[in-house]
This record gives sequence, C-alpha cells and structure tokens, in this order.
Amino acid sequence: MDFITQHPVLVVSLAKIVGLMFVLMTTLAYLSWFERKVIAHIQSRWGPYYVGAHGLLQPLADGVKFLFKEDLTPPGADRFVYILAPMLALTLAMTTLALIPFGPPSVQWLGESTLIVADSSIGLMFVFAITSIGVYGVALAGWSSNSKYPLLGGLRSSAQMISYEVALTLAVVGVVLLSGTLNFNEMIQSQSGYYLHFVPRWNVVPQIVGFLCYFMSAVAETNRAPFDLPEGETELVGGFHTEYSSFKFAMFFMAEYANMITVSCLATILFFGGWLSPFPESWTFMRYLPPVGLLALAVYLAYDTVVLARGIARIQLIVVTAGALVIGLACLHPVVLAIIQGPFWFLLKVGLIMFFYVWTRATLPRLRYDQLMSFGWKFLLPVALANLVITALVKVWPMLVNHG
Amino acid sequence: MSIVPISYYLVLSAVLFGLGIVAFVVKRNIITIFMAIELMLNAVNLAFVAFARAHNQLDGLVFVFFVIVVAAAESAVGLAIIITVYQNRQTLNLERINLLKF
Amino acid sequence: MTLPFIMFFVCAALAVIGALTLILAREPIHSALALVLVMVSLAVLYLLLGAEFIAAVQIIVYAGAIMVLFVFVIMLLNAGVEERTDYSKLAKFAGLPLGIFLSLALAYWMLESFIGKQIANGLGGTNASVSTRELSAQLFQKYLFPFEATSILILIAILGALVLAKKDE
Repeated sequence: MDFITQHPVLVVSLAKIVGLMFVLMTTLAYLSWFERKVIAHIQSRWGPYYVGAHGLLQPLADGVKFLFKEDLTPPGADRFVYILAPMLALTLAMTTLALIPFGPPSVQWLGESTLIVADSSIGLMFVFAITSIGVYGVALAGWSSNSKYPLLGGLRSSAQMISYEVALTLAVVGVVLLSGTLNFNEMIQSQSGYYLHFVPRWNVVPQIVGFLCYFMSAVAETNRAPFDLPEGETELVGGFHTEYSSFKFAMFFMAEYANMITVSCLATILFFGGWLSPFPESWTFMRYLPPVGLLALAVYLAYDTVVLARGIARIQLIVVTAGALVIGLACLHPVVLAIIQGPFWFLLKVGLIMFFYVWTRATLPRLRYDQLMSFGWKFLLPVALANLVITALVKVWPMLVNHG
Repeated sequence: MSIVPISYYLVLSAVLFGLGIVAFVVKRNIITIFMAIELMLNAVNLAFVAFARAHNQLDGLVFVFFVIVVAAAESAVGLAIIITVYQNRQTLNLERINLLKF
Repeated sequence: MTLPFIMFFVCAALAVIGALTLILAREPIHSALALVLVMVSLAVLYLLLGAEFIAAVQIIVYAGAIMVLFVFVIMLLNAGVEERTDYSKLAKFAGLPLGIFLSLALAYWMLESFIGKQIANGLGGTNASVSTRELSAQLFQKYLFPFEATSILILIAILGALVLAKKDE
C-alpha cells in the first residue's frame, strides 16, 4: 500500500491504460467491419449484412470464430519464436498509442493530463522507436514458420519496411523543423491560428509535399494495398502469416489495424492540427457539432429501426439508437461539451484518414516488387530530402538575410 | 525519490563488455561474432551515458551518438562483406574461412 | 526499494540474461533476439539516467535498423544451427574463465581508478532529464566538425555496401 501512495502516478497511468485498451480493442474489431463495409459500397455490394443490423455484430462473430479455430504449429517450426512473433507485432502496434494525445492537456483528472497516457518531451522519437521494432513481428513470423512462402514474405516485407521507414522519417523532419519541438502537444499548439481568418494554419499547407510523401510511405510501412506485397496472395499464398491460424492470425490482423490507427493519428497530429478545431473560435455554433451529429445519427437509426429492421436486429438497433441519443444529449451539457471538443475533432480527422486508407485499397492495383523498391528509393526518398532542404532554407532564410 | 548510484551502471557495463568478449572468442559464426562486437559497443555506450550523468556534462551523450552512427555504418559494410564471403565460400563458420591462414 | 532501483535491477538482469543467451544460443536468430533484448533494456537504463534522446536513438538505430539488418541477413543466408568445430583448444578452455576475469577486473578498475573513486558512490547530478535542445546545440556547435565527418563516413559506408553487393557483369 505504501508503494502505491508513494507513486500515485502509477494508479492514474494504469487507469488510463485500461481505458485506452478497452476503447482500442473495440475499435480494432469494428475497423474490420468499417473496411469491409466501405469496400463493399465502393464495389456496389452490401458487405456484412446478416449478423445483426447492418452487420454490426459481424466483428463479434469473427472473434468467436477465431477463438474456436484449431491452433496449428507447423512441424519444424521454431516454437518459441513462432509464438513470440504475433505477440510482438500486436503489443508494439498497440504501445505506440500510449504516446498519442487525443485531446488538449488542459483536460485533467487528479492533476494528470487525462487524454494522453504518456506525455513525453520527445514523443515523436518514441513513436518512431516503437514502430521501428515492429518489423521484427513480420520478419520473425516469416522465418519461424519453416516454410518457403512465409520466409519470402518475411524477407520482402522487412526489406520494404526498412526502405520506407527512411522516407517516412525524412518526410516528418520538415514538420519538426517548422514547429521546433518533438513533443506532440507543442506541435499541435504550434499549428493554431488561421490564414485569412478562416483557413486553419495547419502544417499540411506549407508541407503538402511532406504530407504526400508521409502518406505514401506510411501505406507501405503498414503493408497495405497498393503496397501489400508481403501478403500478395497471387504469388506468396498469404505472405508471412501463411502458416498462422486461429488467434495468432487474428493478432496479426489486429496489429495491422493498430498500425493503421497509429499512422493516421500521427498524420493528424503532424499535418492536420491534432485536436484543434478547423473552425475559428468566433464560430461558436460549431461547438455543437458533436451532439448535433450524434442526435442526427440517432434519428437516422430510429428511422431504420421502425422501417427496415426485423426481429433481433430491431432490438439491437433500439439499443444502439438509445445509446446515441443518451450520449448526444449528455454532450449538450456545457462541461461535457468542453471536454468532448478535442477528442471529437481528433477522432474525426483520424477517421477521415482511415477512410482514405480503405479508399486507396479499393481503388489501386498492387505494385510489382521491383517497382515498389525503385519507387521508394529513387522517387520518394529524393523528394522527401528535397522537401526537407527547402523547408530548412525557408526557415533559415531570414537569419541569413539579416546577417549578410 | 532516490537515484541509483552511478557505480551500479559501471559494473553492469563492465560485465556486459566482458560477456561481449567471451562471445567474441567463443562463437564460431561470423554473424554472431559481429553481434558480439555490437554488444561491446553497447556496453561502452552505457559507461559513456553513466559518466555523462556523473559529471553532468553532455559530451558523453554526444559521444554515444557518434558511436551509434559509426556502428550503423560499420554494420552496413560488415554485413555486405559477410554476404560476399558466404557467396564465395558457402559457409559462415569462421574456422572454415582459412585460405590466408598459415 | 524504490521505483528507480526496481527498474534498474530488472533491466540489468534482462541485459545480462540477454548477453548470456547470445553466447549460449546455437541458432543465430536467437542470438540476434537476445541482443535486441540487451539493447532495449539498455535503452530503459538510459531513460533512467535521464538521456531520453539517446534512449530513443538507441532503439531506432540499434534495435530498429542495425539488428533488423542482422536478422535480414541471417534469413537471407538461411544460416542454420552453428556448427561446433574445435580447432582452437585455447578458445574452448580459456575463453570463458578469461572473459569472466576480464569483466571483473574491468569493473574493479573502473571503480577504483582516479575518476572512479570520485564518482563511484556519488549519485551523479540531478534527476532532471537532458533536454534535446541542449544536446543538439552541443552537437551542432561544439562537435560540428565530427558530425560532418560522420555524415561523410555514412556516405562512404553506403557506397561500400553498394559496391560489395553489386553483381559482376
């Protein structure tokens, strides 16, 4: 007991970690639903439809299915590494989110900033540190399966991830130069203000080249289409996780989504002003967007419940509608309204970037491996470097002029 | 909150360096021997950081930075050499790569 | 026991276990993983010493780039279990005892030397962590020339690796 009273930060941190884990796990499950739904609608299909209303219970069914599948270990596999690989992939992918600020540091509880688990003075460096170890999950999974397709997939993806990490980092350094800090909250605060009183002063405006480089290399870094060669099923069966089944496979799946979330969060923070609202302070009515949006959702769901749904789906829809209604009404309370502003804008931006991710996947065909490598090294890297040099020159120019 | 004495770090650094030397001598695979060198570099880095803290100066940290950069360059070239050696000799065992040995 | 002490002993134990595994493991991949363990626990120790930036660089460059390269090469060459050839009797019998002796001697010497005596039992400076700003100021002003020299070194290393890896026509 003494130990705990000596270190109150442990209790608060633990509470925040548990909360984040809970939200994250649900989000990861529903991202698969989101992706399938979006791709289906892009391709004029319905997507998941039968398990619950709008297929909303599909993730649950998938989870149960994963749990009850037989857990195979291929003969001759290196057991320890074989088990370690998916755990490493998922843990590292989820750890990065501890450094992400979901809202302004002014939202506090027990004297600790509530909406970020670990506010490090060099948060960006730590995110890169953790994502750079993420390669091990993929490489080791490929090696330990003792099978040739996973090995090829693992080799490919580790080469790809190392190559694109360079471009990714260089694309971000421009932003670091502009804001002059590595702390996420300070970075976001440096983006406040407006051009012409209504265009937000986000880094994406001066750093548009940096953002495009970042996004392309981020897609490659997370092994997503059109850069999903590590799991190119036409040539490699299933890539590095061919031999994995049951929950270990699910762990790789979740790690991929967690990485997507991290990368989108990073893009939001670095280029789109994080938890800042895109509208000027004077537009006070915009503060009511979160409750109004939720209430509109509730109205739509209520219409759905009455007109479309049948049987169990109808009961489920009633529950969801009631939830949206209650949360929407709660958001009208001034205290809740103030707290909800930061997270609302942050999550909205992250969601839009995630949508963009899925959109790319549905639109673009896969690259060939040599095209991928030459694109990374011969195009993305030089462009990111040029962007960095120009940013540095622009930043230093006033000083040079004044001295000369 | 009390702080761990610097001497603890120094002892750990010495032990790791010694283990690195043992690995360097005992192992027979070129890649593992190369890893032993990295282990020794790491041990030295720990001593650098500990001394930097003890003297409250930043020079030690800057040195660690340089050591890491040099290690990166060294491992890039070293691994390229290892791949070439393997292509020529089909083995990674150091004792079988003995053409120049008298 | 306070938190820093627990952290120190856990990480020190992990580092030593990792180093021992590096020696004892026969699969090169296991050795590489053990080395990654050592590096990550050393990074935590750097955090404990207040060197945040160095800790991050340690993980990014060492664990995230150099060791990935090692693992990549091991996978590429498909290096199997290390064979135990006994050409050198000296290494076999004298290696381990001499290594242990050396590390103990080194520890003793570090603690008993002129510098060591001054700081051995001191607590060393403040608890505050080093700011990245100060570190970079040091790096780009006092050590600017070595910094530029390392950049040329890296360029040469890239060229060297390319030349070595190039296939003969």
